Amino acid sequence: MSKEVNFIFNQTPQVLQKKKYCRFKKHGIKYIDYKDKEFLLKFVNEQGKILPRRITGTSLKYQRKVTQAVKRARHLALMPFVADGLK
Amino acid sequence: MQGIGREVLVFTIVFPIFAAPKLKSTVMNNNQYETVIILTPVLSEQQMKDAVKSYRELITANGGVMVHEENWGLTKLAYPIQKKGTGFYHLFEYQAGPDFIKQIELVFRRDERVLRYLTVRLDKNGVEFSEKRRRGEVSTPKPVVEAPKTEKVVVPVIEEEIDL
Repeated sequence: MSKEVNFIFNQTPQVLQKKKYCRFKKHGIKYIDYKDKEFLLKFVNEQGKILPRRITGTSLKYQRKVTQAVKRARHLALMPFVADGLK
Repeated sequence: MQGIGREVLVFTIVFPIFAAPKLKSTVMNNNQYETVIILTPVLSEQQMKDAVKSYRELITANGGVMVHEENWGLTKLAYPIQKKGTGFYHLFEYQAGPDFIKQIELVFRRDERVLRYLTVRLDKNGVEFSEKRRRGEVSTPKPVVEAPKTEKVVVPVIEEEIDL
């Protein structure tokens, strides 16, 4: 029994491999600049929508700041509200 | 004499707030703000400079202290504003009181040359970041480039543990 279970679950660690982490916590970034559009583009999909935490791995504290920064950048026309094929 | 002394005592105990305001107002004045304005591309280079100059004078005339200024020149907008595809971006960084922000934003709203404006109060992290930015050591884009390298380092360690 135990062998069978091991055989099935052996594959899961390889599939899961990388654990998501918050890049802001890891690198000690405390302030997210709304003027840096190149950086903010990493948190946005092709349509210009903000990516969810479950994809980027950002912690809640910094996700709020990312959201704030993206919205400010949109207001200043540095980033689009709606786009088609941003990347 | 004693009666007066008591009154003063009671007054300060019941209304301790009255003792503070003078101190507070001087401390509150030190907020650091950052304002980005977009001016119409219709203006000539000289007219744009005049507009910027008038705002700089407005800030300093009202007790603000200019910390930094940046001109991004004629930049393309991500989407049209008032049917215009480009605009002159200008950034002011200054120290001023909260009342002044109301004044200057009113001026921005009345001014037809200004397409957009955004004022942000910088917290201590923001001030630190803008100082770094001025020194040219903008650290935001770099760590992301480094990120995949560290990932590769972490993964083999986990695999070794599984093998054991």
